Amino acid sequence: MTEFTALVKRDIALAFRQGGGMSAGLSFILAFLVMVPLAIGPDQATLSRLAPGLLWLALLLAVLLTAERIFQQDHDDGSLELLSMCPLPLELTCLAKAIAHWISVTLPLAALAAPLGLLLNLGADRIVPVALAMLAGSLSLSFVAAIAGAITAGLRRGGLLVPLLVLPLYVPVLIFGIAASTGNLGPTGNLPSLLVLLALTMITMVLQPWASAAALRAYFR
Amino acid sequence: MSSSMQILANPNLFQRIAAMVLPWLAAATALSFAAGLYLAFFASPADYQQGETVRIMYVHVPAAWMALFVYVLMALASAVALIFRHPLADAAAKSAAPLGAAFCFLALATGSLWGKPMWGTWWVWDARLTSMFVLMLLYLGYIAVWQAFDDPHRAAALARVVALVGVINIPIVKFSVDWWNTLHQPASVLKLTGTAIHPSMLWPLLLMALAYTLLYACLHLLAIGNEIAVRKIRATRLKDIEAR
Repeated sequence: MTEFTALVKRDIALAFRQGGGMSAGLSFILAFLVMVPLAIGPDQATLSRLAPGLLWLALLLAVLLTAERIFQQDHDDGSLELLSMCPLPLELTCLAKAIAHWISVTLPLAALAAPLGLLLNLGADRIVPVALAMLAGSLSLSFVAAIAGAITAGLRRGGLLVPLLVLPLYVPVLIFGIAASTGNLGPTGNLPSLLVLLALTMITMVLQPWASAAALRAYFR
Repeated sequence: MSSSMQILANPNLFQRIAAMVLPWLAAATALSFAAGLYLAFFASPADYQQGETVRIMYVHVPAAWMALFVYVLMALASAVALIFRHPLADAAAKSAAPLGAAFCFLALATGSLWGKPMWGTWWVWDARLTSMFVLMLLYLGYIAVWQAFDDPHRAAALARVVALVGVINIPIVKFSVDWWNTLHQPASVLKLTGTAIHPSMLWPLLLMALAYTLLYACLHLLAIGNEIAVRKIRATRLKDIEAR
């Protein structure tokens, strides 16, 4: 367990000291939000109606763009292979790296994306459900990104493959994320969708360590 | 089970058995297509609502069934490759993917052609259409993984993961897309369920499904044979290079 927490701490420290992860993701979301009114017109009512979906798209794409960073650097400099030899099973190493990615990238982005809805004329009362939905789905986003990141860890120019692998896996999260974002708060409103998001998180949590480790082993042979 | 699997693991023996089976399989495919198409286009009644366009169903529905069936088969082959290190299972999974993608495309294309006269539009974001579309993306991702890596062993190991993650994803996507659809639009879309299909239409449909399955079996056997040949060529070339 000490190895596990040490690995999580190491990855978080690396992410924050190198920069790039969270701050680049946030810059990407801002750039995306500038493009939106240019693409669909500045009409306030239209923007307000589309805001939750557009915020979710921005978050998904921002997380997608950081998926490669989870394993690639450690694979390139050889530290991943060293990590695979330590007593911690490779599956738990993968889980630790995914959790570190969540803490350093997806969680802050999910917390910051919803308030940016103000730029799209999303009312303050409608920001809360969006923020809750994003927080509930964020861990699952990191797990899926870690699966694709492991598959493309040693691939030069893996950039185009990652979206193709990740986006089909994001479909359920997006559907229930939107359902939870647009409903009212409470047990008859967005609570069922929030619970489904947490269930999806559980499923990906079981799947991710196994899938990432199996993919990484293909690179070690 | 495992012993017969091990016997078929020998590529040469597999090739010989495939060569023996193929002519019969091809003949059965041709016969069932002839009978199925005759029943579908001439001997079955037109629908009282849809008229003659209902005949699209006989090419559309089996293609959709095959698209799902082939993905499950591909995932099974990947699991066999992962668990038993069966040398032909990777080849089977790899060569199944383009066939499944073709069936998936066929289902989407014929569905679109059917949708225009029936629903008045080429495309609706209905639950079934959406999940088929996602299935198509899963196929494309799987094929892209095979193409992205030079080393076939590494590509095989990674493709297994992609196929197995995908097969877990399919029911989740299906379930969530159904939920999404029912949230946004009532069940106004035409569906086969609910009303039982009349035997005069059911039999041509089942016969066409049999024909599609046989066609798939033929093509898959041929494709696995090709894959084995590609591997042999690669091995021979490597040996030539080493000999120099």
